[in-house]
Amino acid sequence: MLEKAFVGGRKYWILLACLLGIMGLGFIMWLWQFRVGLGITGMSRDVSWGFYIGQFTYLVGVAAAGVMVVLPYYLHHYKAFGRITILAEFMAVGAVSMCLLFILVDLGNPVRALNVMLHPTPTSVLFWDMIVLNGYLFLNIFIGWNVLSAERKGSPPPNWIKPFIYLSIPWAISIHTVTAYLYAGLPGRGFWLTAIMAPRFLASAFCAGPALLILLCLIVRKTTRFDPGKEQIRTLGSIVAYALILNVFFFVCELFTVFYSQIPGHMDHFRYLFFGLEGHGNLVPLMWLAFALMTTAIILLVIPACRRNEGILTVACVLTVIGTWIDKGFGLVVGGFVPNPLHEVTEYWPTVPEALITLAVWATGFLIISVLYKVATTVKVEVEVGG
Amino acid sequence: MGIKRRKFLKIAGISALGVVAKPVRDALAVANPIEWLDKKLGGFTPFETLLHLFHRPVGYKPGEALTGERWAMVVNVKQIDEEIADACMEVCHRVHNVPQIDNPRHEIKWIWHAEYKHVFPGQKHEHIGEKYKHAPFLVMCNHCENPACVRVCPTKATFKRKHDGIVLMDMHRCIGCRFCMAACPFGARSFNWIIPWPRERAGTIPRFRKDKEPPNPEFPTRVKGVVEKCNFCAERLAKGQIPACVEVCQEAAKKKGKEPALVFGDLEDPDSEVRQLLRSHYTLRRKPELGTNPNVYYIV
Ligand code: SF4
Ligand code: SF4
Repeated sequence: MLEKAFVGGRKYWILLACLLGIMGLGFIMWLWQFRVGLGITGMSRDVSWGFYIGQFTYLVGVAAAGVMVVLPYYLHHYKAFGRITILAEFMAVGAVSMCLLFILVDLGNPVRALNVMLHPTPTSVLFWDMIVLNGYLFLNIFIGWNVLSAERKGSPPPNWIKPFIYLSIPWAISIHTVTAYLYAGLPGRGFWLTAIMAPRFLASAFCAGPALLILLCLIVRKTTRFDPGKEQIRTLGSIVAYALILNVFFFVCELFTVFYSQIPGHMDHFRYLFFGLEGHGNLVPLMWLAFALMTTAIILLVIPACRRNEGILTVACVLTVIGTWIDKGFGLVVGGFVPNPLHEVTEYWPTVPEALITLAVWATGFLIISVLYKVATTVKVEVEVGG
Repeated sequence: MGIKRRKFLKIAGISALGVVAKPVRDALAVANPIEWLDKKLGGFTPFETLLHLFHRPVGYKPGEALTGERWAMVVNVKQIDEEIADACMEVCHRVHNVPQIDNPRHEIKWIWHAEYKHVFPGQKHEHIGEKYKHAPFLVMCNHCENPACVRVCPTKATFKRKHDGIVLMDMHRCIGCRFCMAACPFGARSFNWIIPWPRERAGTIPRFRKDKEPPNPEFPTRVKGVVEKCNFCAERLAKGQIPACVEVCQEAAKKKGKEPALVFGDLEDPDSEVRQLLRSHYTLRRKPELGTNPNVYYIV
């Protein structure tokens, strides 16, 4: 089936060439980082995680969101989603690959990465995160590929694949839960030390992921002969609406606890993010922007007439993706580190090389998604036309 | 040449006799041989001692080590002035070849001083006396009894030594994920953001030591991309020396006829100096509510 990835029109190759170009540039930057150290990033002794881990966190969510398509189809026999499960699974593959790459570029000593397996440490959440992420990557490639092959041959997916599919559903939840536990169990970081972290992560994942999937579906419809379907996109739109509302609701719960209890160790991080602390407020405009975007998206999505209009739905999805990205890919990580444990304020802003490396990892993910989507849509079209 | 050799053998022989004879005498006199053995092995397990026959940590001599069951430090803030605080920082960073980096974002520090409101952020209030407000509180890794950093490390590169409670770093195993830095509630950990040694002269001069003094050969060097922190001078304890900062404080105190600013000892030994201080003074610990159970105490 992979041979399908090598036949394509001009636009397909231009897209791949652009992505490869970005990857190349980022790779050169990474070589530089590899040689002189992570000092070329904006991270510091006080803000010791930054953009890389932020993207990682965000993308784990995107990956987990595949379940929002798989679950209704396989558990509730919602037939319409049968058309796009493969797209959701392949998006998850791209997202998890990016997650693993982001971890790798964030390591101070990537050549020692295997130490995590040589000295397995079950008390470390990172150890479990590595297991669930790799497992999820495997599950999605394995399931996606086999189901697609079966479809190509015109037969239903083999029965032995079913257990793997059922397993992939709780597994998707687990990757984002474990990722939330990376943060939620650390003493002395009031911003992250909250039981609602995992639910919040899942809620933001289930709006950001499907929103991205809608956008991908629309691109697929525009650029290939495969149409993911109107109903499918509409249902995804409702999922985004619900999850986004849930996401903001969880955030309000958090705000209430923090500001009503008035405990400084928890409150100061929020004050830094939304109002600035001791004259430092790099992130203030961004955070307000994020919430403005999400609120606008909610308004657009809850009005049925708007949601059913694909143009407006597209806008709402773009707003959702950007809003949640700022909130989770930036504010969530940096906010936890400012102020630091000694209550000093050191700010963070990514540097150019850091941004380029980040961009390159995204490009890699999109390259994987493009190639996989190319295969998937070609097969689907063949089957439809042939049958 | 020959004389030298003979003299050497003689000295070696006599010392060997001494080394053997004394333990034998001691052994006959002790009641609990296991405890005695443990003490003699300097807290290492018999297996580790066996390993040391082949690969001995630099400068380590069994039997000479200072041993304790739970090492702790008392910081007597009343006795600290800027001068002594700076001396502590200087000696620590020198004996551990810590790179001196001016950029505060990339700074590496094992021990440093900070103001009250930063050391005890939950305890600050506006009417605190001037002499406390700006006093230089020495801070370092607390060698927590229940360390968050150890719990989160995915490679066991940071670990708590069983027999004496010191939280150590294996800078040769660390992958640089910095999970431990996020987990430590005291900001005790530093990361090597940039190359700590120049490539061409690796192992000769720590890149950032301004006095260009050669490195301490008895402490291992590190590479970029690893985390490091105070180790309670584990490498000195192994040789029977007290931590470098404590030594500096003792000397300064002797000169001035005052009490030392830092006192180090075994918390499990009721007669140790730290236990005496804890009995006679009211002491504070940093963020005790987080349950990491720090082993550094402050007399304010
Ligand atoms: S002070 Fe921080 S680094 Fe030191 S043992 Fe405690 S948690 Fe770990
Ligand atoms: S940075 Fe090193 S010591 Fe810290 S958690 Fe990661 S591997 Fe362990």
